[in-house]
Amino acid sequence: MANNVKPKSFQEKMEVNIWALIFILAIALSVCGIVEIVPLFTMKSTMEHNAAPEIVWQRKEGQTLADHKPGDGVRPYTPLELAGRAVYIREGCYTCHSQMVRPFRDEKERYGHYSLASESMYDHPFQWGSKRTGPDIARLGGKYSDDWHRKHLRAPRAVVPESVMPNYPWLKDASVDSMNIADHMSAMQLMGVPYTDADIAAANEQVAGKNEEDAVVAYLQVLGTMAKLDENKVYRE
Amino acid sequence: MDATAEQKYSFDVVRWFAVMAVVYVVVGALVGVYIASELAWPVLNFDSPYLSFGRLRPLHTNAVIFAFGGSVLMASAFYSVQRTCGVRLWSDKMAWFTFWGWNLIVVAAVITLPLGMTQGKEYAELEWPIDIAIAVVWLSYMFNFVMTIATRKSSHIYVSNWFFLGMMLMITYLHVVNSLAVPVSLTDSYSLFSGVQDAMIQWWWGHNAVGFYLTAGFLGIMYYFVPKQANRPVYSYRLSVIHFWALMFGYVWLGAHHLQYTALPDWTGSLGAAVSLAMIIPSWGGAVNGMMTLSGAWDKLRTDYVLRFLIMSLAFYAMSTFEGPVMSIKTVNALSHYTDWTVGHVHSGALGWVAMVGMGAIYHMIERTFHTKMYSTKMVNLHFWTATIGAVIYIVAMWVSGIMQGLMWRAYDEYGTLAYTFAESVEAMHPYYAMRAVGGIVFLLGAVIMLVNVLMTVRKSVSEGSLQQARTAAASA
Repeated sequence: MANNVKPKSFQEKMEVNIWALIFILAIALSVCGIVEIVPLFTMKSTMEHNAAPEIVWQRKEGQTLADHKPGDGVRPYTPLELAGRAVYIREGCYTCHSQMVRPFRDEKERYGHYSLASESMYDHPFQWGSKRTGPDIARLGGKYSDDWHRKHLRAPRAVVPESVMPNYPWLKDASVDSMNIADHMSAMQLMGVPYTDADIAAANEQVAGKNEEDAVVAYLQVLGTMAKLDENKVYRE
Repeated sequence: MDATAEQKYSFDVVRWFAVMAVVYVVVGALVGVYIASELAWPVLNFDSPYLSFGRLRPLHTNAVIFAFGGSVLMASAFYSVQRTCGVRLWSDKMAWFTFWGWNLIVVAAVITLPLGMTQGKEYAELEWPIDIAIAVVWLSYMFNFVMTIATRKSSHIYVSNWFFLGMMLMITYLHVVNSLAVPVSLTDSYSLFSGVQDAMIQWWWGHNAVGFYLTAGFLGIMYYFVPKQANRPVYSYRLSVIHFWALMFGYVWLGAHHLQYTALPDWTGSLGAAVSLAMIIPSWGGAVNGMMTLSGAWDKLRTDYVLRFLIMSLAFYAMSTFEGPVMSIKTVNALSHYTDWTVGHVHSGALGWVAMVGMGAIYHMIERTFHTKMYSTKMVNLHFWTATIGAVIYIVAMWVSGIMQGLMWRAYDEYGTLAYTFAESVEAMHPYYAMRAVGGIVFLLGAVIMLVNVLMTVRKSVSEGSLQQARTAAASA
């Protein structure tokens, strides 16, 4: 037993002193977070709109979310879109659909312009996904009609025979009123999403009478349409 | 029968965690087989929200990671820390708090996930009140473990405990930071982070749930149970020191390789990939260290079925820790990302490494803590083969479908246009999705055999009275 032998090496000191081991471990485990993660919050180059401010909607005094036109820039979701997004998260759509187009030729032709970090700056949580059992939907907005989406949500194989997506017939029967979407917007506002108090005050009324299917369709139809990206501009090295 | 150990150590909570782990692996694999079948035959979604893939998939991952993985980690850490430190658990009461707390969390997950209560972050879906409970119960687990080491009779802290400790610390960091959220109601909340920062933090968590929970923790299991089952000392002390510090420092960086070519800055993804490649060295060092522990005693594999689980798990560990760094290389990742290849890779680690080493450790603990031999060694052997074959079928199916998907998505025809629609790639996956479900069923069958065998062993222990004797016999018996 080494009880009466003075520890020699650094390793041996660790092995006889649990508190020293915890302390050194805690430091070793923290280095990555400081070097790899913290800079993402501080470096301006992370978010493309620092160099290309036109990506983000510059809202003028008195404008409502409804004053935004597609292409004006990234904006917070409207109450109905946000409700649709909540349903999207609830149903676990991110387990099969990505929302992150990579800068490859085939993805450009299949999905559109590569995704930018600024495009998901208001997305709490991010919904980039990790698996494409179904296609990427980062730029789905406007590609199909609302009617197509409703048919597809209720019975995907009625419009795409090869699909393995579940049917979502219950969405059309569920009202979004009970969701109290204003609360969701308040939480977002607290975290820095630029909703005005007027946006929140008007929210519940704007979604009154809508069902979850309306909400999901509104969300799907806005994806990728907020900002107009320039084909010839290099947003990211 | 080891009456000395039974009376000296706290084995009750170990027995319960070990048995529950077997129950949970059956449940987790069953849900896995079901959702795999849904992808092959979507009619199985039955138009029910509670059975739909998107809600059951988080249930599957949470059941196998937290319910099964957690129970194995808690059983084996509580068991081996006592044996390596030569003292009883610091607090029996706190250990029971950990047991009941953890199982209540599992119940809460089983109820809330099918109801669609989710934070929408992979492997961290559980809502904020459950997240708080996880943090509290996890800290009780760590505190008891650390205090047991602090009161140890042995002079040095054994290598398995370093790994367990590293896992406990890192998972505390990861879980707390990644789960930070602003509540909307008791059952709903939004992540505090958004977009690219949220993505990096999520995959810092996501990869280290694998790297620490399912690797470092299970390496702790390997370093205790392989030498014990083989009755040989660890092959190389020096290698285990290098393995440990390199893994602790390095693994944390890997998360960024999940976000290559995304809107995450290029330097971050490249950094993650570079460290990923370097991680082959400590990973293989660990695998070699475990396997070579059998050096000079390879013949034991012929007769010791439990040892087979442990050694086969190391073979899978070596394979998937080679595959992982390869997949983090940018050119490979461009093809493999978003495809079933990733799913296959995860399962070669999860079925081949985590489940096999965990099951080997459970067999070992069941015999030692119920003071009797397994009800049927033939069933252990049968389980070994079903688990191995099931895992191989699964992995092969996902390799083929993953690489096929990747190639179909980027294929061009002679006119320079995309050769396949997305729907065509989905259709082409069908045979492999069916094959994957078959692999899962074979693996599940093995888990059921294990459950039956374990329950019969418990019954045998009770009817033989061996546990009772161990508790009451004079300690020298």
